[in-house]
Formats: sequence, C-alpha cells, structure tokens
Amino acid sequence: MVLTLIEHGDGEIAETSLEMLTLARDLADQVDEDVSAAMFGGEELAAGLGEYGVDTAYVCGGDLSESYAPEARADALGILMDDLDSAAVIGGGTDTANEVLAHLSAKRDLAMAANTLEVDTDGETCEITRQRWGGSLLEHATMEGETKVFSAPDHELPIEPVGDGEAAVETITPDVDEASFEVAIDRVEEADIEGVPLPEARIVIGGGRGVGGEEDFEQLEELADQFDGATVGATRIAVDEGWVSHDAQIGQTGQKIAPDLYIAAGLSGAVQHWVGAKGSENVLAINTDPEAAIMYKGDYAIVGDLHEVVPELTDAIEAATD
Amino acid sequence: METLACIKRVADTGAEIVLTEDKQSVDASAVGYTMGPHEECAIEEAVQVVEEEGGTSTVLSLGPEDVEDQIYEGIGRGADEGIIMETDGEEWGPESTATAIADGVEERDFDLLFFGNESGDNANYQVGIRVAHQLDLPVVTGIKDFDVDGDTAIAKRDVPGGSEVFEVDTPAVITVKEGLNTPRYPSMRSRMQAKKQELEVLDPKDTEDRLQMQELETPEAEDSEAEVLGEGPEAVDNAVEVLEEMEVL
Ligand SMILES: Cc1cc2nc3c(=O)[nH]c(=O)nc-3n(C[C@H](O)[C@H](O)[C@H](O)COP(=O)(O)OP(=O)(O)OC[C@H]3O[C@@H](n4cnc5c(N)ncnc54)[C@H](O)[C@@H]3O)c2cc1C
Ligand SMILES: Nc1ncnc2c1ncn2[C@@H]1O[C@H](COP(=O)(O)O)[C@@H](O)[C@H]1O
Repeated sequence: MVLTLIEHGDGEIAETSLEMLTLARDLADQVDEDVSAAMFGGEELAAGLGEYGVDTAYVCGGDLSESYAPEARADALGILMDDLDSAAVIGGGTDTANEVLAHLSAKRDLAMAANTLEVDTDGETCEITRQRWGGSLLEHATMEGETKVFSAPDHELPIEPVGDGEAAVETITPDVDEASFEVAIDRVEEADIEGVPLPEARIVIGGGRGVGGEEDFEQLEELADQFDGATVGATRIAVDEGWVSHDAQIGQTGQKIAPDLYIAAGLSGAVQHWVGAKGSENVLAINTDPEAAIMYKGDYAIVGDLHEVVPELTDAIEAATD
Repeated sequence: METLACIKRVADTGAEIVLTEDKQSVDASAVGYTMGPHEECAIEEAVQVVEEEGGTSTVLSLGPEDVEDQIYEGIGRGADEGIIMETDGEEWGPESTATAIADGVEERDFDLLFFGNESGDNANYQVGIRVAHQLDLPVVTGIKDFDVDGDTAIAKRDVPGGSEVFEVDTPAVITVKEGLNTPRYPSMRSRMQAKKQELEVLDPKDTEDRLQMQELETPEAEDSEAEVLGEGPEAVDNAVEVLEEMEVL
C-alpha cells in the first residue's frame, strides 16, 4: 500500500495534496499496489479522492482533527502505516505535511526525502529525484529502508484526475498515546492584513538593492496604485536593509508569487529570489545593468535607472488609463 | 538560560548555481559560503533570549574544518561560545547529521535549541525534529514569533490571516523561519574579536544515511533574453503598449 497524507482547508482538498497524488499513483503503479489516504477531518471530501486514484480514504475525527498536534497525527499515520503494511508514506509540499512526516520518520526510524519529484523503484531500493535550493538544483539519490517517507514539492507536479469513481471512506479512531498531544495549537491569533497578500496579487512590483532606500520604495507603491490588485514585493537585501518588512520578501525564504505581471526593479534575479517569482506570467525587468541575470529570466526589459523609469511609467500608465 | 543555535553552511550562490566537476557538490570557490537566512534568525534569537534572561548562547555547526568561519560569524553576531563538529568534508545526510548533533549536545542541558525550519540548500525539513525525538524534547516548527515566560516558551507561526500559538515547557527544540527577528550585522570589531575565541571541537560519529545523494544536476534553464523595450524613461511608451497587450491595465 502507498499511504498518503491528504490535507484540506476551506472545504477543499489542498492543491498540494492533489499534486502529490500524481507522484503517489506513479509509485503505487510501479509496486502494483493501491493508494490509500489518511485525512484529519474533511470526511465530506474523502469520497471525491477516488477521482485522483485513491482507493480507500481513512478519516480520523475527534481530537486528532479538531486540534493540530503534529506528533499525534504522526502517530495516527504510523498506526495506519502498520495496519496497511505500507511501502511508502507520502505527503504534499506544505510545512505541516513535512512536519508530521518528519515526526513519523523520527519516531519510527524511517528515512525521509522532502521535495521529491520522481521515484523509481524495483520494490526495494528507490531511485529518487528531489529538489534542492527551492528547485534551482536537482539531487539524484538512492533510498533504502522497508517503509520510505516522501513529501512532494509545492506546485511542481501536475494535478491529474484519473476518474476512478468514488473512494471508499472509513472513519477511524486510532489509539494515539495521550503524550503525543502535548504539543498542540493553544490558540489562533488573527492579524490585520493590509492590501492584497503577495501570493494572491495579480500584479507585483518588486524592488531590490537598486531601489536604494525606504523612501524610494514609495515610487514603487505609486506605480502599484495604478493597478487593481497590485502589491509591492522585495528581495532579501531590501528587507535586510530595513526598507520593507519581511512580509514583502519574495523567494526561497519568503513568499511565492504567481501574478499576471511582475515588474522587477533594481534586483539582479538571484536564484533564491527567482524561485519565488518564476510562477509569474510576464516579467518586466527594470535594471541599469543589461547583463543582470533578471534580463535573461524576464520577458521584457527596460535598461535604465529605476528612479527615472518608474515615475515616468507611473505617469504614462495614469495617462493611458484615464 | 542556556541556548543553542545549530547552523549549516551553504554556498553563497547568486545568479546561478555552479557544480563541481564530479557533480557531488556546489562549487563555492568563486562565491564562498554563508548560512541560511532561517539560521541567522536562529542565532539572533538564541542571543536575544540570553540578553534578556541571562545565561550562555552557543553556536554549533557540523561540517568540514572551515565551517569555523560561519561559527565565528555567529560569535560576531553576539553568541558566547562555538562548537564545531568536524567532518571530512563529505556531505552528511539528515539522519546522520541529526544523530551526531543529538549525541553531541545530549549531556549539555540546553534549555532552548534553535534550528532553521529547513536548511538553505537541501531543505530536508527534519534535522531539528529528529534531534528533538532523540533527546526526548518537545518541538515546535516554522516559528516566526518567540517569547519566554519562566519555563514556558511561547512560539507562533504564520498561517493565512493570523498566527497559530504554541506553548511548550522548556527545554524545547524550536525551528524558526526568517522574519522571526532582525538579525544584527556583526561589526568589523566583533568579527575580529570572534576569531580570537577558542572553539570547542567535537568528533562526530558518522552513521549510515539511508538517503544517499548520488549526483547533482542543474535543471535545464528556460532562460531566454528578455525583449529590450528601450533605454531609460523613453522606453515607457513601449512598455505601456506591451502592458495593454497583456491586458493588465
Ligand atoms: C539560503 C538563502 C536563501 C535566500 N532567500 C532569498 C529570498 O527568499 N529572497 C531573496 O530575494 N533573496 C534571497 N536570498 C539572497 C539572494 O541570494 C540575493 O542575495 C538577493 O536576492 C539579491 O538581492 P538584490 O537583487 O536586491 O540585490 P543585488 O543582487 O545586489 O542586485 C541589485 C540589482 O539592482 C540593479 N540596480 C542598481 N541600481 C539600480 C538603479 N538605480 N536602477 C535600476 N537597477 C539598479 C543592479 O544592476 C543589480 O542587478 C537567499 C540567499 C540564501 C543563501
Ligand atoms: N550540518 C549541520 N550543522 C548544524 N546544523 C545543521 C546541519 N544541517 C542541518 N542543520 C540544522 O537543521 C536545520 C534543518 O535542516 P534540514 O533538515 O536539512 O532541512 C537547519 O536549518 C539547521 O539549523
């Protein structure tokens, strides 16, 4: 059996889980086994997983689904893994899936490979390809061990409905040790969010070291004001300099964006920045250096000083949209 | 309080990643090494907690001899002590790394052990959690806001629309993310001072990793030259035209 950890929120199965099922099905085919799913809550969504090749979905309710206690969830997965005699346990590319799987691996002494794109197996050893550096580098590796643990990367694999009808749904109450609930969410605090969050923005104006200062970022804000649904983002250097807050950082250790348009101003296009921005539909770079890496990653470019170009562009757009 | 920050050195790559001839590692000869952003925050937090609560902060790294540069960097950023777990330079996987770190710190009674949520290069998402289990300590991950209140650690992580709050008893393992704090930049003087400090050298035992890297590969770049719309402010008319075609205006 290939056991998958399926996450959900807002009444939908998480996209990252559906992406991961593409990897899980491929692995299950190779070892001629079925794919099963473990869920915490979300019973009403479970049958629909059949569409993505899940044979049986096991839904845990009660404390396991109501609170988030990562170790307890790992224990529940471990119990299912034993019951189903699983060859592999796989989760999606989220922090929570990686956390639960790492607990499982640590407690059960299993090997775990995060960000795995491909698995080839003869039934014993697995040859895998996984991402490093946020996807800027690939690692080819071998993996041993009776049960292997993987997570897929976020937004790299395709979601493929295979139309297998409905999955069988079983509600279960695994007998998890009370001590595993010790670390659990105590409370949730709400935050005021201003403007459009970066991952949802339709237009992103990104600034880097070339912007030069906190006040200069206002030029980018003024350009953003010309569009609906636009937000200003930044590189790590701009954040480190204290010009903008870390919430604005795009990249490997910041946020991933996927706008229709990314205007990249005064930033070089380092790999760690680009992994967060490569999902952009169109990229317009503004840079004084015609040889900057961003000039080879973007679609369009203006060679010049952003302090001159950006205000002019703001005025021209204002005139054009009046 | 006794705090520990575990850091890993990574190549300081910028515009592209270059591999060594044998494809076994990233060629850092032209760019040098640094540490991941999460780990800079791990050091800063370990230092801040000691500034507020008293005690000692320690920076630890497992790697070849010259990871001492990153440990000195940590001391320059305010840590009191440094531990180097010296390897022969071959890459260690997450299982052997975690086992070695746990063995190395087991007897030391750290109250707070800070890790990055994931390493900057390999992002295995597991070393901190494995260490916690081996030491039988509670662990919270992905932390972006941290406080100590007596023997309780109050740790928060971001979720869309707010944050999830965990409260755990110390000693505990905390894995952190960039944004937790603003790491201080070491002054020239503190850098010089740091290098005078004696590091504790440990000899970690290499255990077999079941995940074994065979070869690295730089993925086929889809790079193509951008269409240059012009130079300076004169280019904006062309730009507006292009934006109109994209239907983003
Ligand atoms: C593990 C790790 C994780 C990282 N994570 C991230 C991350 O999440 N996000 C991130 O952004 N970085 C990250 N980094 C840092 C990254 O490697 C780069 O250092 C950073 O992205 C560079 O920022 P920059 O482009 O603003 O600066 P630079 O590389 O210095 O580029 C500045 C650019 O501005 C141009 N310029 C200068 N003046 C002007 C002007 N007046 N008008 C127009 N153009 C001008 C220059 O030609 C140059 O191309 C990470 C690094 C590591 C090691
Ligand atoms: N070689 C190492 N030396 C010290 N700490 C490490 C090492 N490798 C990983 N870590 C720590 O473990 C965290 C998680 O690493 P990883 O499991 O590889 O994603 C890193 O952010 C570091 O804090």
